[in-house]
Amino acid sequence: MDSQTAERTAQSPQVTEPRNPGMALDLDWVAGVQANTSAIERRAASLPGRRSVKKDYQAAWLLKAITLIDLTTLSGDDTAGRVRRLCAKARQPVRADLLDALGVDGITTGAVCVYHDMIAPAVQALQGSGIPVAAVSTGFPAGLSPFHLRLAEIEESVKAGAQEIDIVISRRHVLTQNWQALYDEMKAFRAACGEAHVKAILATGELGTLRNVARASLICMMAGADFIKTSTGKESTNATLPVSLVMIRAIRDYYDRTGYRIGYKPAGGISKAKDSLVYLSLIKEELGTRWLMPDLFRFGASSLLGDIERQLEHHVTGAYSAGYRHPMA
Amino acid sequence: MTVKEIFETMDYGPAPESAVEALAWLVDQGDRFGHFINGAFTPPGDGFDSRNPATGEVLATLTQASQADVESAVSAARKAQPKWQALGGAGRAKYLYALARLLQKHSRLFAVLESLDNGKPIREARDVDIPLAQRHFYYHAGMAQLMDSELPDVQALGVCGQIIPWNFPLLMLSWKIAPALAMGNTVVLKPAEYTSLTALLFADICQQAGLPAGVVNIVTGDGAVGEMIVAAEVDKIAFTGSTSVGRRIREATAGSGKGLTLELGGKSPYIVFDDADLDSAIEGLVDAIWFNQGQVCCAGSRLLVQEGISEVFHAKLRARMDKLRIGNPLDKCIDVGAIVDPVQLETISALVAANTAGEMYQPQIQMPETGCFYPPTLIEGLTPSDTLMQEEIFGPVLVSSTFRTPAEAVEMANNSRYGLAATLWSENINLALDIAPKLVAGVVWINGTNMFDAAAGFGGMRESGFGREGGWEGLGAYTKPIAKAKPLALIEPFKGEGAAVDPLDRTAKIYVGGKQARPDSGYSQAIYGKSGALLGQVGLASRKDVRNAVEAASGAKSWAKTTGHLRAQILYYIGENLSARAAEFAQRIDAMTGEKGGKAEVETSIQRLFTAAAWADKYDGQLHNVPIRGVALAMKEPTGVIGALCADEAPLLGLVSVMAPAIAMGNRVVLAASQPFPLAATDFYQVLDTSDVPAGVVNILTGSHTDIAKPLAMHLNVDALWSFSSSPLSASIETASAGNLKRTWVNNGQTTDWSQDHSKRFLQAATEVKNTWVPYGE
Repeated sequence: MDSQTAERTAQSPQVTEPRNPGMALDLDWVAGVQANTSAIERRAASLPGRRSVKKDYQAAWLLKAITLIDLTTLSGDDTAGRVRRLCAKARQPVRADLLDALGVDGITTGAVCVYHDMIAPAVQALQGSGIPVAAVSTGFPAGLSPFHLRLAEIEESVKAGAQEIDIVISRRHVLTQNWQALYDEMKAFRAACGEAHVKAILATGELGTLRNVARASLICMMAGADFIKTSTGKESTNATLPVSLVMIRAIRDYYDRTGYRIGYKPAGGISKAKDSLVYLSLIKEELGTRWLMPDLFRFGASSLLGDIERQLEHHVTGAYSAGYRHPMA
Repeated sequence: MTVKEIFETMDYGPAPESAVEALAWLVDQGDRFGHFINGAFTPPGDGFDSRNPATGEVLATLTQASQADVESAVSAARKAQPKWQALGGAGRAKYLYALARLLQKHSRLFAVLESLDNGKPIREARDVDIPLAQRHFYYHAGMAQLMDSELPDVQALGVCGQIIPWNFPLLMLSWKIAPALAMGNTVVLKPAEYTSLTALLFADICQQAGLPAGVVNIVTGDGAVGEMIVAAEVDKIAFTGSTSVGRRIREATAGSGKGLTLELGGKSPYIVFDDADLDSAIEGLVDAIWFNQGQVCCAGSRLLVQEGISEVFHAKLRARMDKLRIGNPLDKCIDVGAIVDPVQLETISALVAANTAGEMYQPQIQMPETGCFYPPTLIEGLTPSDTLMQEEIFGPVLVSSTFRTPAEAVEMANNSRYGLAATLWSENINLALDIAPKLVAGVVWINGTNMFDAAAGFGGMRESGFGREGGWEGLGAYTKPIAKAKPLALIEPFKGEGAAVDPLDRTAKIYVGGKQARPDSGYSQAIYGKSGALLGQVGLASRKDVRNAVEAASGAKSWAKTTGHLRAQILYYIGENLSARAAEFAQRIDAMTGEKGGKAEVETSIQRLFTAAAWADKYDGQLHNVPIRGVALAMKEPTGVIGALCADEAPLLGLVSVMAPAIAMGNRVVLAASQPFPLAATDFYQVLDTSDVPAGVVNILTGSHTDIAKPLAMHLNVDALWSFSSSPLSASIETASAGNLKRTWVNNGQTTDWSQDHSKRFLQAATEVKNTWVPYGE
């Protein structure tokens, strides 16, 4: 365990930030939450036109985006070999010659994210890299397995070496406005995680309204979530800018009231370098530059890295790149 | 900075849009411009420099138009107009469509040139100004296409003089030119002297579109050129700009018969209720007051926050201000650009410096070292008594105050001479849809702000001007009814002497606040029939009687809130009661006029009452098809208190024709009876008395039109003033109406055929279209 603790670098929130202890359920606060969909969509739609990064700035931002990726494989056909490949890519996400040309080194992804059974090969493959292993848990993606098994799954994954646990909430608690049940569930998940930090997946595509997203975000933070995350990647609608805006505004309010910084992870559907830049500017605008660090922001993405690699080569050479020029995961 | 350093700081860095193409276009034109008259550019003459406010560099040299230039532009427009009109709607639609397409093809060139010339961020020029300008031409290409079938009763005005401001140069040009051309008018347009370049580029694309020579003429220069256009032989003036200049134009055009629309200043309220989505409301404020550096006539510049959330809201607002980026307008990563000119910067600075009230906040953000910039500013904790809560600043300066209840929010919002736009934020549909109609503003945005579209009319109430631009309601500004009028001679009362035929004295009084009152003057005038017989005496209303009548009318404001159904019932009832006394009224009319038209006049008057009753619950608003998920409700609201000098020649019908549609729409009226033949009007108040008309809704004065017109025109609580008098009062009424920019409708010494039904024109004049934007979605 000692070596593992030492490996926890800036990636883990609890290292650099005091960990969110949660707070008593404040239903008045929850009831007062508003989210005006049209206005939120307008803000989200106009943001890409309001912020733009070019040239060296764009290259630096894209490198930053890489360090914020939870490089993910969540497939039924995952094997130890496939996961080892993914971990190798996480250690060396960009071709060395490109990093040299950019004058940057030590770039790795933020974490590797897998199912429980793939934790062991991932931990082994990442030994000494400082890259944490995240495991999806609690009956991911639907979260409808028996409650005691969901808790047990967390405990097993932590025991197996996962430093981050991505839990799924019970959407039915949100849809029936059973905030107490949601709060209790999240609190139990957080307790089961122990030292591992916990990301609460809201599955926003299944929550019906942005107001529900805002309320569920708050409840999970009150119950001690270290991160809130949009989606499993398995819902028909995953991370969107409007949903992100609602969630990070909830994070901002929580910070303003409690002084604790909660992390944010949009997941699913972010596959273009350009999209990642829009997300980073959204975070910078709404939460501030401090949140642009792996302890407070992650992309849940699998194909985003490939597009960023091509853009970086274009930046270095001036020629548009091809996918096969970059090592696959 | 190296990539490694940027990786640590995560700064934005510069993201400049290239100015190369725009500067090349200027070079191609020789960096010197003449005017665009009769389809060609004139040789450049003496003039002035057009500068980039962000850098101070000279972009081009423009020509100051002379009297001869203006005359030549007007005569080119005059010559081109009949052919342009005769081309027909479908023929004109093709040209408007071509202009829309050309604006689209050259969109980046227009956007960059606009940003260079005006100082607005390239994002706004690119994403707002230019797309909206294109949209206006597309939309009005459609209006031209539909004119022949949908507007068969109207025709073009002729030549329109158009004077536009510097804040949205191309957009204001398109708001003016597109509807004018669609309806068959030709134009002489003067862009603001600070920002003429995109208008000149537009002239270039008019040539590319093959627009017939003289249809669009553009002359450049300062306010002196504007004055020349106002004074020129044009049929209409359309002006967007300051209220003080608008008032001068009103005076200058008074009695000339020139059509006039004014889109003027504002101090638009931005109301945040305690159940609003506060973060979204704050983001809305960015679009309200920091859009275009706050140099927006409808800027939400007066923030009203419900007291309980004020502290939280202002804290969030200050935090948001800290994130604003100000600087090079051509940078794609900039929120706030340059103030248009050092003169405007000085005006803003002076207004803010003179304020000692409240608490000022300016974020500690990086300011450009040179150029014409003013920081985003919040002045918190003001009261309505503070100057900056009342005066338009026209810069990036937001002032704020608090309110306790929805009713108080409305009261504070309406505590202004202006009435251009209003914004309100609430998640409660009951509250939002209750408040919107109560705000005195031509445009109301619910849970959003500064939303514009060609399909929804834009324009103000009160001293924010009159007329609408955009939508069906905007076409009235560029058309007139197809009708022939003749000069109207002064109708003198008959002279006579002797005693009354009937010795029993029946004293005609004035009718104020539902009561028959003796005139304050204490003077009466004898009314004689054609044969010289004394028919009766009427009071001579004085200035104080006008005051009392207006006070009664404005006190009867609940009439505006009654249902159309109720107003219809009352109008029918008036008709019924008049019908019961038809013979007596007919006799009275004939006795006064010495003619035999009384019977027909009474019968037609009853018809007018029935028609107004019919319309009372049917003169519906519209639901405009604007490109949002939501609706723009174009609601027809009563104009307010309407004064009218009724026709002399039709003692009963002239009065009823004015009164019936006006009160059908919820207005209250102060009517001056026919001056030579007033006794039908004084008999008529007895009909009103028996018809359940609430006190103050209709007030009738008798006496000299000239004496009544002046205090009415000057009265600041009268919203509209109409004159069909045979006394030559049109010019003096319009001049005196400039005080509060009343909506005027005067006959300019022309006859009106009262036997014809003009109800629709009256209904239009008796209402103002308010567009309420309601975006929705959960």
